[in-house]
Amino acid sequence: MSLLSTPSQTVGPFLSIGFSALAVDALAAEHPGGERVLIHGRLLDGDGKGASEGVIEVWQANVHGRYASPEDPQNKPIDRAFRGFGRVLTNADGEFRFSTVKPGRVPGPGGTSQAPHLAVTVFMRGLLKQLLTRMYFPEEAANEADPVLKRVPADRRHTLIARRGADDALHWNIVLQGEDETVFFDF
Amino acid sequence: MSDLAAYESAYITHEDVIGDVAGYRRPYYKTQPEYLYPPYRSTIKRAPTRSLVWLPHTLSEITGPVFGYDDVKPDDADLTRQHSGEPLGERIIVSGRLLDENSKPVVKALIELWQANAAGRYRHDVDDHDAPLDPNFTGGGRVLTDAHGNYRFITIKPGAYPWRNHYNAWRPAHLHFSVFGIGLAQRLVTQMHFPGDPLISYDPMFNSVPDDNARQRLISQFDWEGTIPDFAIAFRFDIVLRGREQTFTQSTRS
Repeated sequence: MSLLSTPSQTVGPFLSIGFSALAVDALAAEHPGGERVLIHGRLLDGDGKGASEGVIEVWQANVHGRYASPEDPQNKPIDRAFRGFGRVLTNADGEFRFSTVKPGRVPGPGGTSQAPHLAVTVFMRGLLKQLLTRMYFPEEAANEADPVLKRVPADRRHTLIARRGADDALHWNIVLQGEDETVFFDF
Repeated sequence: MSDLAAYESAYITHEDVIGDVAGYRRPYYKTQPEYLYPPYRSTIKRAPTRSLVWLPHTLSEITGPVFGYDDVKPDDADLTRQHSGEPLGERIIVSGRLLDENSKPVVKALIELWQANAAGRYRHDVDDHDAPLDPNFTGGGRVLTDAHGNYRFITIKPGAYPWRNHYNAWRPAHLHFSVFGIGLAQRLVTQMHFPGDPLISYDPMFNSVPDDNARQRLISQFDWEGTIPDFAIAFRFDIVLRGREQTFTQSTRS
């Protein structure tokens, strides 16, 4: 190592000036096939209030379980029309909403296979560095053996798994503090 | 094929071990802020209160989105030419290199920038600071780094502005930077300050970084060589992202 990283600083309250141009709430607008999902949630602060002007960034594999990145060495199909990146800003009530396709499974360490998941990064005023979490899918047998979920204390795993609502959308809140505080990763 | 090459080739195609990836180096002690830093009051209701769960870097963290020239147009790097007239303020050039901790340039990476205008006012509904908006300045831009990791913006020097964190609180003049590296674990949002600004040492955000050497990396340097006569003075701000742990598998892709 010859250099040290630049320190992180908060995005502050005015991030939309920088982030809006590349906001994407429909990740799979031109995606061929796969299970389409609508994801709806709220970003909640320590008082349980919706946090506006936060940004939620999603990174995911395609339906075959391959990332649209040259760093992914797997011999699986790439969908040219699917970048796998989404970015939504929370509204005045802290709500966020995006649509995508359910990703396939990608390999994990030690010969494991990861359950379908979205890697989710959160930036907002009051966060000096991003939070990193994951959203997993409900009614998914692969969650049981997921190498990352296994590291999460059993009584907190539910914070990473979306619920299917009566509207058939997936509901998943990001709770910054409190009883149902979302699991965030030390990465 | 050498024994090593054969081994490497087997390594990256064998399904059982394809998920065993070299991760990114974790931050060096005290060089990054903690989530909770009470002098910056907004952290109190937003910092996680429960233990973070240690995440091994997997394919999901060492990959990341790739951006291209469909996302960024050449004019996006010049914030002084987004309107019919020139913005007010001191025209500046801000350039630097994007590197990782292994001194490797990060090429074709997306850098986004946003800032206040010369009067210290953001073009944003939430900003109620009593300073004028500039009809010729929006304050947002983006650029891709070149083949050597270089980037360059033209903009105006932002003003300092008050905020309500504590009595007589002022943010030093700063530019916000958002950077995408190669892998998700490299993602960085930071702020660039200007050398010699007396407000820097009073700023809780700046002071949230415990290590003084690390803090100094948030301050740009005056760039005499980049300064263009009769046009604009220049500042240099190199940005360093995390580097990958060195293992022989890294040589198979770069």
